[in-house]
Amino acid sequence: MSHDAAHKPIMSPFVIVTGILLVIGLFITVMRFTGGLAATTNLSDYNPWGIWIGFDLLVGVALAAGGYVTSAAVYIFGMKRYHSAVRPALLTGFLGYALVVFALHYDVGQPWRLPYPFIMQSGTTSLLFEVGACVALYLTVLFIEFTPAPLEWLGFKKARNLVVKLTMVLTIFGVVLSTLHQSSLGALYLIAPSKLHPLWYSGYLPVFFFVSSVVAGLSMVIFEGSLSFRYFKDKMDEAHMRDKEDVAFGFAKAASFVLAGYFAIKVIGIAVDNNWAYLATGYGAWFLVELLGFVALPAFLYAVAVRDRSMTLVKYTAGWTVLGIVVNRLNVSLIAFNWHLPASERYFPHWMEIGISLFIVTIGVIAFRFIVTRMPVLYEHPDYEAH
Amino acid sequence: MSISRRRFLSWMGAAGAGTAALARPGHSATTQHFEGYADAGAVLFDSVICIGCRRCEAACNQVNDLPAPERPFDDLTVLDERRRTHWDSYMVINKYYPNGKENPPVYGRMGCNHCLEPACASACFVRAFDKAPTAAVTYDETVCVGCRYCMVACPFEIPTYEYHKVISPRISKCTFCHPRLEKGLLPGCVEGCPTEALTFGTREDIIATAKERIRRHPDRYIDHVYGEKEMGGTSWLYLSGVPFSQVGKREDLGYIAAPKLTSGALAAVPIVVGLWPVLLTGIYAVSKRREKIAKEEKENAVAQAISAEKAEAEAKLTQEKEKAKKDKEAAVEKAVKKALEDAAKEAEEAGKKDSEEES
Repeated sequence: MSHDAAHKPIMSPFVIVTGILLVIGLFITVMRFTGGLAATTNLSDYNPWGIWIGFDLLVGVALAAGGYVTSAAVYIFGMKRYHSAVRPALLTGFLGYALVVFALHYDVGQPWRLPYPFIMQSGTTSLLFEVGACVALYLTVLFIEFTPAPLEWLGFKKARNLVVKLTMVLTIFGVVLSTLHQSSLGALYLIAPSKLHPLWYSGYLPVFFFVSSVVAGLSMVIFEGSLSFRYFKDKMDEAHMRDKEDVAFGFAKAASFVLAGYFAIKVIGIAVDNNWAYLATGYGAWFLVELLGFVALPAFLYAVAVRDRSMTLVKYTAGWTVLGIVVNRLNVSLIAFNWHLPASERYFPHWMEIGISLFIVTIGVIAFRFIVTRMPVLYEHPDYEAH
Repeated sequence: MSISRRRFLSWMGAAGAGTAALARPGHSATTQHFEGYADAGAVLFDSVICIGCRRCEAACNQVNDLPAPERPFDDLTVLDERRRTHWDSYMVINKYYPNGKENPPVYGRMGCNHCLEPACASACFVRAFDKAPTAAVTYDETVCVGCRYCMVACPFEIPTYEYHKVISPRISKCTFCHPRLEKGLLPGCVEGCPTEALTFGTREDIIATAKERIRRHPDRYIDHVYGEKEMGGTSWLYLSGVPFSQVGKREDLGYIAAPKLTSGALAAVPIVVGLWPVLLTGIYAVSKRREKIAKEEKENAVAQAISAEKAEAEAKLTQEKEKAKKDKEAAVEKAVKKALEDAAKEAEEAGKKDSEEES
């Protein structure tokens, strides 16, 4: 490591770009906590939620679904051959959720009161209470699930072995919590049928959000695996290198099936509420872009890629699918939300809102890099066989 | 340290979120419909009578100690712009021209309608909102986190936020003058109204009054009391001479109370918590067993292969041994035969020699 570092120029492009984003982020942070939400956001009385909820919360949680999807596949469904994908997925999941909670501190008016629903009084009729409770618990579960890596790194054998014994319980708890809050993020909007466009509003919103989170989790594991292979190849052990393609093709196959099912229930959603007529409108065209371009197309492409054993196609399809999840969450939370309002009352993010979102993604990338270059994530610690 | 009963209960609630959720009846499973507290207040806004003088706004501003507006309340040109509730204005009057600019305008009110089953209260995760027995939907700023989900949830787009405040921004909305109602006083706006466009009474009386006005003057009013059923019913009710959509009221909200929209999703929570672990453990057991059987089969196959191999090897060995034995016997036989032959030959030769010598 030190030998490598000595030869690397200090001002690598990575350092420069992340450095700039961090400085901007810190500047906006100061602005946010000295000038308030009005100084840093375009939020209004009509648009109480902007991209700090639409992107940081909704997209963040969906893309962090790889943790529960992978650990469920390996530990519950017994697909041991994907074992090497578990730790990177848990790490992404943990960082994702930690950053979601971090981002919420910017968005809510009085962040120091975030624990109030649990310590002051609980609004159990609120879907947001369910989201809050599950996210808080799941963040804890992910933290514990990931601890074997730092414990191996630090050499705490006894503690590490104890945590490993909890794997099954934690995995099941994680799946329960994920099912609940992934779906209730969609259910948040059930209370506002008069504000969300009928093509996106559906009684099935919780189901849509849950099923698409599985797609997001599978695709993120593939997407991130290909990035890791590109940038952290030297950190990968033989097992990771060998299983890399196996994981990608296996997950691509699963994602293809789940996307096909997701496509079917989305169509059923339109049929149940008889919303066909809206398809002929401008919003309908955009809805079809989402449904055909970001659901049907990747389902097909994944299938072709698996049949042809094309790693390149799998990688690009994974990236496209992840983008599709982003599009879907932003549609529900921002683009199709408040569609009845005149353009002058609609929301468009302030550059500082975008700045904070980029800042948070940057922190995630830096933390991921810090951890995989030090802890046994992409390789197995020599002292421990198959954890 | 004293713990209030309320706080204790909320701790208990936090201790078991699932059970706390069950403590409230699941609306989907019942036919219950909350008609409002008995003798709770209600206000009728009659847009046929309203003259757009903005005195209600002025009174509201005064009794609630809100900051003075940029332009005074008697400046009626303010009405030329479309306005909405804001952190410093709990209610606003808007001017509409539903019959064209040449005809007199009609005025509409925008402010909290104090729903019987409020969306904001249902959506709040700290229960900052409450439907008080006075009919007021009250807001407790001491617990509000500032998530603004109430603003997302409210179908009337009423709650506003103090975005400009850094330390303790609050939700801001009409309080129905809850403290005044408790003292037996009228809401500020109702007291300020010079024309009885605003009438206060019990909800039953107010609805009866509204219907009576429609019955008496069917030519002046649309036959609909807005708020009687909208979103499950509200404590502010409206009369109009033109379709409500033309005076700033949405007619597509439906009659379902907001909490019923989410009760199904909430009802799924305990089911997921109860069933998922069972199902997942089952799947785990199946995959574990499959693994075990596969392992056993593999072991059996290996053992069988080994024993077959062994048997074959043994068979081969015995065969080899037998062959070797035979070979040995043959060799011995051969050797004996050869020895005998040799001996015979020798003897023969010796005999020949003897006879030669003898002769």
